[in-house]
Amino acid sequence: MIGYLVQRLAHLVWVLLAVSILVFLLVHLSGDPVRLLTPLDARPEDIERVRRLYGLDQPLPVQYWRFLKDAARGELGESFRFSRPALELVLDRLPNTALLALTTIALTVGVGIPVGLWVGSRAGSLVDWAVSLATFVCISLPSFWLGVLLILLFADRLRWLPASGFESPLYLVLPSLTLAVYTTGLITRLVRADVLEVLRQDFIRTARAKGLGERVVRSRHALRNALISTVTVLGLQLGNLLGGSVVVEAVFAWPGVGWLMLQGIQTRDLPVVRAVVLIVGTLFVLINLAVDLLYLYLDPRIRYDHGR
Amino acid sequence: MAVSAIPRPRARRRRPPQFYAGAAILGAVVAVAVLAPQLAPHGYADQDLLRSLQPPAWMRGGEWSYPLGTDRLGRDLLARLMFGARVSIAVAVLSVLIGGGLGTGLGLAAGYFGRWVDRLTSRLIDIQLSFPPVFIAIAIMAALGQSLPKLILVLAFVSWVQYARIARANTLAVREREFVLAARALGAGERRILLRHVLPSILPPLLVVGAVNMSSVILAEAALSFLGLGVQPPTPAWGSMVAEGRTVQSLAWWNTVFPGMAIATLVVGANLLGDGLQRERE
Repeated sequence: MIGYLVQRLAHLVWVLLAVSILVFLLVHLSGDPVRLLTPLDARPEDIERVRRLYGLDQPLPVQYWRFLKDAARGELGESFRFSRPALELVLDRLPNTALLALTTIALTVGVGIPVGLWVGSRAGSLVDWAVSLATFVCISLPSFWLGVLLILLFADRLRWLPASGFESPLYLVLPSLTLAVYTTGLITRLVRADVLEVLRQDFIRTARAKGLGERVVRSRHALRNALISTVTVLGLQLGNLLGGSVVVEAVFAWPGVGWLMLQGIQTRDLPVVRAVVLIVGTLFVLINLAVDLLYLYLDPRIRYDHGR
Repeated sequence: MAVSAIPRPRARRRRPPQFYAGAAILGAVVAVAVLAPQLAPHGYADQDLLRSLQPPAWMRGGEWSYPLGTDRLGRDLLARLMFGARVSIAVAVLSVLIGGGLGTGLGLAAGYFGRWVDRLTSRLIDIQLSFPPVFIAIAIMAALGQSLPKLILVLAFVSWVQYARIARANTLAVREREFVLAARALGAGERRILLRHVLPSILPPLLVVGAVNMSSVILAEAALSFLGLGVQPPTPAWGSMVAEGRTVQSLAWWNTVFPGMAIATLVVGANLLGDGLQRERE
């Protein structure tokens, strides 16, 4: 167990280094970064002065090392557009993204798990068939399109709900619903499949054989074991939602980190884009680590020490 | 040597209906994409400002020469959808082939050769798995600038890891199986063993990964195009058509609804195919 933890922490260092390299290289992928900092008609000598000013005349490894040192101290540069530290902007917006992600997960758990358990124990019935079809559609819809349609219906036509911004909890309804359609479809299918799988196991037969009621067999034995992989996938989805809701944040003008990044892209505000990628990447890695550890705790059959 | 020429023991099984339904949808979209210049009633960039935002044919004010209506510039929506299929199909097929080829090759090498090849590949896999794929694709496309080849490569770059994981795990499982040992005992070279014996036996699960990956690649392409980070105008892509439609959505719902339906249909096709392949294996 301790060995596994040490291994995971070492792995964490590797991955965070990779994230930092990607973030560092993003600026250089776009060509000469100095051209982004100077006006199009800048004189060559001014361009060179800017290049020296930002240390962009140094070899890449030297620049990377400097970037790493700054990043470790939380200095990710200042936003060109807002004239505020980029990190501060990201941390300002992060709670909104987290709120949206957690609301989505709550909706997903609240609907997906009960429905999955319900149809899982009625496999082959008409209900099962209908739910399978519905979840299939749910995982096939492009989220941004769904968002646009929901706005068209509930905001433009019916005028029940606000379409963009975040001024009251009501603004949370449409974006979280949009995101939850996919995750709920995914989780429902997963729980259903896991229930089917678990009900075939020997320990279920044993539980029935020793005379336990069907209700107890299902709730105590089947449910708990069916949910192990669900917890893992939910964790991964939470990580995905922190980064992957960029498109939905854009549709609803939700003031989160995803939308901040897009605005940064549109206005060529590089420090902001960098800061978002770094923070979201790091969070994603940490959530994945937490999910792995949780998995280890939930399923005592797994012992990573021997497996790897 | 005729080791691999032993006749298959079982007759070909019938595949589940999901497989055929998915294949039919994908086949239809591919046909439309290929034949777009012949099928489309108008060019995708032909403007007719007098017909701006004309509704679909079955509504009042519509006409059958513009079956699904027109956009803001009076361009035929059906024609744009047909040409838009080309982008989706090109990205779906090529990203899956490139990402799948790369991932399978790496996973196969890691599982078969072990040692440093495996350590290196496993580390790369772990690192790539630690990035949220769509988010990273957005960041890279924004930095690289936008074009169709870049789009295909970026989506292949975020996909390879799915194949590599499965290919590696399955190669590890078959590496010591009798048929591989037999081939080695008969003096087959590494390349022959890998390509003729190991690869065919790990291929079925990879096909499932490919179908599932295809649906996420299609969705990712649509999302990138929607954000303006995919293929650039005037080339129509379904995602960017939804974005254009949004600017006129209170006047002309057909501009947003139809392109989205096209994306959903293609994704349903890929998902059905994956579902069918998965069921066949069970």
